[in-house]
This record gives sequence, C-alpha cells and structure tokens, in this order.
Amino acid sequence: MSTAPLSMAPPVVRLSSVGYTYHGPPPVVALQPLSLEISRGEHVAIVGPSGSGKSTLLNLIGLLDRPTEGQVEIDGLDVGAASERERAAVRAGHIGFVFQAFHLLPHRTAIENVMLAQVYADQPRRQRYSAAMTVLAQVGLDHRAGALPSALSGGERQRVAVARALVNRPSLLLCDEPTGNLDTTTTAELTGLLAGLHQAGATLVVITHNPAVAVHAQRTIEIRDGQVQADTAAGPGGGSGALAPV
Amino acid sequence: MRWPRSRRAGQAAATSRFRLRDLAGESLAGLLQRPGRSALTVVGTVLGIGSFVAIVGLSQTTSGQIGRQFSALDATQVTVADTAASHASVPTLDFPASADQLADRIHGVVAAGVWWLVQFSRPGTSALPGGSKIGLPVTAATPGVLTASGARLQSGVLVNQFQQRSRQQVAVLGSLAARELGITGLQNQPAIFIGGQPFTVIGILHSDQRLQQLNFGVTVPASTALRLWGPPATDSPAQMLVHTRLGAAKVVARQLPVAVLPTNPAALTATAPSSPAQFQHSVTKSLNTLFLALAGVALVVGAIGIANTTLVAVLERAPEIGLRRALGARPRHIGVQFLAESTALGLFGGLLGACLGVATTLAVTIYHQWTALLDPRVVLAAPLAGGLIGLLAGLYPALRASALEPADALRR
Repeated sequence: MSTAPLSMAPPVVRLSSVGYTYHGPPPVVALQPLSLEISRGEHVAIVGPSGSGKSTLLNLIGLLDRPTEGQVEIDGLDVGAASERERAAVRAGHIGFVFQAFHLLPHRTAIENVMLAQVYADQPRRQRYSAAMTVLAQVGLDHRAGALPSALSGGERQRVAVARALVNRPSLLLCDEPTGNLDTTTTAELTGLLAGLHQAGATLVVITHNPAVAVHAQRTIEIRDGQVQADTAAGPGGGSGALAPV
Repeated sequence: MRWPRSRRAGQAAATSRFRLRDLAGESLAGLLQRPGRSALTVVGTVLGIGSFVAIVGLSQTTSGQIGRQFSALDATQVTVADTAASHASVPTLDFPASADQLADRIHGVVAAGVWWLVQFSRPGTSALPGGSKIGLPVTAATPGVLTASGARLQSGVLVNQFQQRSRQQVAVLGSLAARELGITGLQNQPAIFIGGQPFTVIGILHSDQRLQQLNFGVTVPASTALRLWGPPATDSPAQMLVHTRLGAAKVVARQLPVAVLPTNPAALTATAPSSPAQFQHSVTKSLNTLFLALAGVALVVGAIGIANTTLVAVLERAPEIGLRRALGARPRHIGVQFLAESTALGLFGGLLGACLGVATTLAVTIYHQWTALLDPRVVLAAPLAGGLIGLLAGLYPALRASALEPADALRR
C-alpha cells in the first residue's frame, strides 16, 4: 500500500497492468492489461462499442469485480487484492455510482433512496436527513424529496441517483451510461449537472455511447476489443492522464 | 457550489457498517414492500405454531379436568351393595351386625360401615311430640359409616359402638336438618321425634358431608333403626361404605363379600372405583401425538414456505443486492438482512399462531365450561420457536444472497 506524502496527493485511480480474463474453456480476454491514472478533479469519458470491455473496466475501477491480473489503487489504497471488507469500505466511502438503470428502490421515496447510501457508510442517523436534503438540493430536487420513484420523471430519477452517489462525498463519481435511459432534453439536463459537479471539483468517470455526453469530458478514453485505442485530451484544461498499454 | 474535500485520501479504509437499527429498518421495509406475500408466507407458520399451542393448551386443560375428578378420596372408596336384598320380596338385611368389625379386619381398610335410608310413608320427623312434621331423610348407619365418609362434627359427638350395641335412641343431625328443626345447640340435650319415637340429639355435623343425605337428614344407629322400623325396604337396600388406603381399593373390594358374609358372599357386590381417568388419559395422549405430528407437518410446510419466499425475493431483488454492495454493503450485511427478514416472518407467524392457539383453547374451554389451563412458558416460547424456524428457513437464501457478485447482480 502506497503512502504518498501529503504534498503530493496520490491519483484517485491508478491501474497498473490491469487485465481481466474470463476463465473456463476457452478463456476470453475481456480486457487487455493496461495502465491508467486518473487524477483528482478530472472528467474522463470512456467510450467504445458494446462488448468492447468498457463496463469491465468500470467494474474494476468501481471494485465491483476483481482484476485477474495487475494492481488497482483508489486514493492510494491498493484494493485489487484487499479483503472484501476493505473493498466494501472503499466503495462506501470513496466511490459513488450512477447506473443506467437508476437502481432506485421502488417503494422508497427520493430522500429514502439517498439515505440508503448513508446506511453502509455509517453516517450518524441524526445527520442523515439533513445531509441527504443538502445533496437533493444540489441536484435541484429538494422539492421532490418525498416522492416515490414512480412519481418522478426519468431525468428526475437519475438526479436522485446522482444525489445518492454524492451523499457520502466520494473521491470518485462513476457513471455507467447515465443517460442511456433518458431522452435528449433530460440528457442535456444531466450532462449539465455532471459538468457543474466537475467544475465544483468532482472527479468524474463516465462511460457513454453518447457523443453529446462525451464532449463535456476533458479526456476521452476509447476502448475497442478490450484494448485502449485512444486516450485524448479534449476541451478546456486538457487531460493530464498517462497511458501506457502493455 | 463548492465540491467538498474528499475524505481520507491515502489513509487506510475504515470498515463499512450495518448497524442493528438500520438492519431492523431495512428488513422491515423489505417485508412491507410486499405485504400480501409476507402475509401469505406466514400462514403455514401461523397454523403450525397455532396448533402446537392449542394442542398443548387443550391437553393441559383436559388433564386438569381429569385431575379434578380423580381425587385421592374417590380412589379410596369402595361400596358394597346388598344385591340379594334388592331382589328379595320382603325387606331383608344381609349384612351381619358385626359387619364393621369384619370389614375392619381386612388389610387396607381404614373404616367401614353399613347404612340405609329408612323409608317412611309420611313425613315423620318433628322437634316436639305431635308438632309439625317434616320429611327429613333418616339414615340408619353403623358408627363406621360416619368415620368412613370422613364426617366432621360442628358440635357434640358421633354415634359410638356402645350406643349401637345397646340400640339407644340417639341421633346425629346434619347442619341443614338442624336448622330446619330449629336446633342450634346441644346444651339442653334437645330431643327430636322420628315416627313418634323420641331421640336425643348428640351431635351436629359440618355442612361438608360427602354422603349428601347426612347433610340434609338425621342419622340414627343402625341397630336402633332395625329395632324400631325393621330391615331396610327392598327399594333402598343397605349398603356398606368402605374407606381404604390409597391403592388398596381394588384388592379390598375383591375380599370384602367373603370377609363380611362368608356364608353367602354372592349376596353382596363390591364396587371399587374404576379409573376412567386413566383410560381417558391414554386416549387423549394418542390423539395428542397425532395432532402434534400434524402440527409438525404444518410447521415444516411453513418453514419451506418461508424459505421459498425468501429465495424468490433474493432472485427478484438481485439488482437491489448489487446496488447495496455498490453502496458498500459487505456480503454478510446482505446475508444478515435476508436472514433478519425470514426470522421476522417466522417470529410474526409464531406470534399470530400463539394468539390463535390461545383463542382456540379458550373457545373450547368456554364451550365445555372448563377451567383453561395453559403454561405461560408455552405461549412465550411459541413466537421464539417461530423465529427459530424463520431463521433456519432463511439460512440457504441468505447464503445465496451474500454469494451474489455485485457486478452480476447489477446486470440482472
């Protein structure tokens, strides 16, 4: 485990020769070994056709899956080989997820869905409501706090999901096709929200098919057939990532 | 809008938690998501636990009733009927004068005596000669009857062997008879008149006599009655009351006719207390075993129901499980949540079942006008048993839930 000096904060994400192979006959390489760093405050878009391995990459970064080779570090913590207990703790405290399917619990109100994230991060019960209300206000939904997901529009549901991802103040926001189930208007709304979060200092990694979403990112990583095809800096600020295919 | 400073960069990660209150809240929310299904799931447990409690309650209640009927006193009482006299054409008394002493010689007899009801054609007892007469039952009894029936005196003395042998005209009054005749005390040696014959009242009995007629009537020495009114009428022949030691009744009953009337034992019929209680007990016991087996089947079905529902819920809620894992839940947090849900289902079923069982017991008890008897420990244990069943039923589904890979679960 690296212990970086305070003056030089470690990158939020550091992958070293990380690869993923599905075992069992015949072995299928989902992701060729790759090395990648994402620094604090970066806004990265991961693009590529379906089946290219970008979801696999996101699962590895989000600790939802273990790499079959290589090292994963989040906030300087080596978590690729860590125990499930530690990985769960990193997911709870360092990473916020936004999914294509929203994954809101249908029988709970917007604020209850946000508060679910605070359960496992062990936030004191008394502070949960006000903290959840604060993030709901941040995504512009404090007036719908008591609404059930079925009463919310697609765009509103995804904003609740963003609020849930933000409530534990993660170092990294991972979005898996966040606009996949949204129409053009609400897609613009959500990309605006994500851009605003980035400007406020959030580190964002967004998987997307949608060029309109990718265009907001500082840096675009293109994946095809389990390999990084391109890692390009774009837009204001430019990318600061380093890429070294092995 | 300022992005808050991220936490704990470079530090060792703290562990994620699932506090007890959160566990309770999340599990309850999980159950209430589908209240109809939860309710149907607990039906098996409710029926199983309910029948268990009802069976235990009913068997305890019925054995309480049996216990009440089957007192030690009843078990130690033998009666000997003068069968020959009841079939005779003229009044006869087959018991010899020394019947008390003959019976006393049998091992196991505590006291024995002969008695019969003296039949009068008209009410014949009064407090004054020629006064208004009332129809009190007059019992002719040897001294042994009063001892064997456990008679207790309010005042005075009982008839003794001397008075019996010398055929004295003395009487012992039942408490109710004494009140009827207006006799309150024995200080003035009160007398009563039976069929015109004067009798000295020597004792007044307590009101708790086991031979009912002693309460209501007058008891005179058998020898005196025989002298004045002859042997007992054929429609109320003499009988012998024998008080035995506990357990001796059956043996004593076999010996009595021969011992008391060796010349014609067939004239007498001795009856020992039958033990219907034992019979009844064995019947209820085998019935109970059957019902307990059925209740056990209901419980197993209930457990399978809970296991099935929980397993379906695990499969259905795979995305939720994936989400929870992504939010930082550890496998055991997932497992314990589903375990808590199934345990709560069982606990709830047990609680309802206990209520149902108690209600059933009460309904049957009230219908039969019995006294309900139910061990409170059984009622308390019922919900716990239900919870245990739920816990066991939830083990496998919980294991399945905790083994789900988050990435897989989210894709479903």
